[in-house]
Amino acid sequence: MSAAIITKVDERIAFYEVPAGKKAIVAVTGLVLIGYVVAHMLGNLQIFLGRERINAYAELLHSSGPLLWAARLVLLVAVGLHIVFTVQLWLAKRRARPVRYLKKVDVPSAYAARTMILSGPLIAAFVIFHVLHLTTGQAGLPFEPLNVYDNVVRGFRIWYVSLAYMVAVSLVGVHVWHGLWSMLHTLGLDDERYRPTLERISHAVGLLTALGYLSIPVAVLTGLIGGGVN
Amino acid sequence: MRIILHVWRQKNASEPGRMVRYEVNNVNPHMSFLEMLDVLNEELVQQGEDPIAFDHDCREGICGMCGFMINGRAHGPEPGTTVCQLHMRHFRDGDELWLEPFRARAFPLIRDLVVNRSAFDRLIAAGGYISVNAGSAPDANAIPVPKQAAEKAMDAAACIGCGACVAQCPNASAALFLGAKISHLGLLPQGQPERYQRVLKMVSQAALEGFGHCTNAGECEAVCPKRIKLEVIARMNRDYLVAAVKHLGVKEAVEAGVG
Repeated sequence: MSAAIITKVDERIAFYEVPAGKKAIVAVTGLVLIGYVVAHMLGNLQIFLGRERINAYAELLHSSGPLLWAARLVLLVAVGLHIVFTVQLWLAKRRARPVRYLKKVDVPSAYAARTMILSGPLIAAFVIFHVLHLTTGQAGLPFEPLNVYDNVVRGFRIWYVSLAYMVAVSLVGVHVWHGLWSMLHTLGLDDERYRPTLERISHAVGLLTALGYLSIPVAVLTGLIGGGVN
Repeated sequence: MRIILHVWRQKNASEPGRMVRYEVNNVNPHMSFLEMLDVLNEELVQQGEDPIAFDHDCREGICGMCGFMINGRAHGPEPGTTVCQLHMRHFRDGDELWLEPFRARAFPLIRDLVVNRSAFDRLIAAGGYISVNAGSAPDANAIPVPKQAAEKAMDAAACIGCGACVAQCPNASAALFLGAKISHLGLLPQGQPERYQRVLKMVSQAALEGFGHCTNAGECEAVCPKRIKLEVIARMNRDYLVAAVKHLGVKEAVEAGVG
């Protein structure tokens, strides 16, 4: 029986059919998304430099036409592949242990690692709301095209908008906390010697990204920015 | 010592199983965990009951035969220890312990705490070897091996194939076992000619066997009785990616009539 199973082995099983290959695709698309999340955070922080600066930045992005759409396309493809392959892996994982343990200790308790499948969909749901709120203006919240500063300030003055945003960016931080190091590991860039360093970098990027994004609703709610907006 | 056990009893794969409570009195703290089960089994036999089935062989922590879950941890609470080398002195009088078999689709249950780990044999048969005529043992240092490679290969070769990594993994992934074999052979000069074929074959076989994927949670590393490091998985991933790219190149060359 075992011989029959061995003859089935075929090293030409497509890359995307093997867990390691699927994970590699998730890792590369994850890298694209981490790059975007960090860049977007740095862009957003220009709100602290005043209305003219952030609105000029928005105008610059919107005037880049095809480039903007190319970037959006890359991000959409990355998000799509990231979701499709993680869902496939998650379904396969559920099949891999049909009988569950009555008692199971999670050692070490890798909270961020085991909640990736929860933080992911929540972030995705938030991104849809976020685009409707601040890109297309269809979320039923105050919106003026290209007046990012006022849109953000007016939006974040609504407590539940701020709360949703703060929860979502915290989840992004948790996702990156595990995701960045995990991605490097999946792509084979890990070694016992520099694993602690890579993990620390991953945690730091996750934490700093979340703090960067959190600073904006906090600044609006405390009146630090947006004083002239009514 | 007195120990209370809740043991998974299941006659065979087709009948349903359940937890059964046993009390073991007069446990000597110097007994190994398996010796404690031997004592319980003798009592069960005397009472005309079926003894608890569990795998074991060398009982010195080097064969990889034994292993089950104790309170939700493969091989129990002591790090770097197989269940046969786990001694009762690590428990307290009156402790209540839950024993369950390793759970994974790729490890079908045979009876009680015994599971079929032939899937590991098939992974090895798929590529975990070196195809050369062995002959007599070569002279020491006839093939120079860098110190670093020798150390890492030796650490990976410590894997005894017990399956604790699969049992503990939240995804029932065999990544640590595969990584250990691929690192062990792939780090040494003798393993180079088949290095990339090996990783393609073994990783493909693991997918066919129904093992899950690696989410880098690190639970396998924490329970491995031989302390295999997570880095072997990164090495396997690296070799797999290189192999996949090389393989694409080879396939295209053959199709174009070059190869």
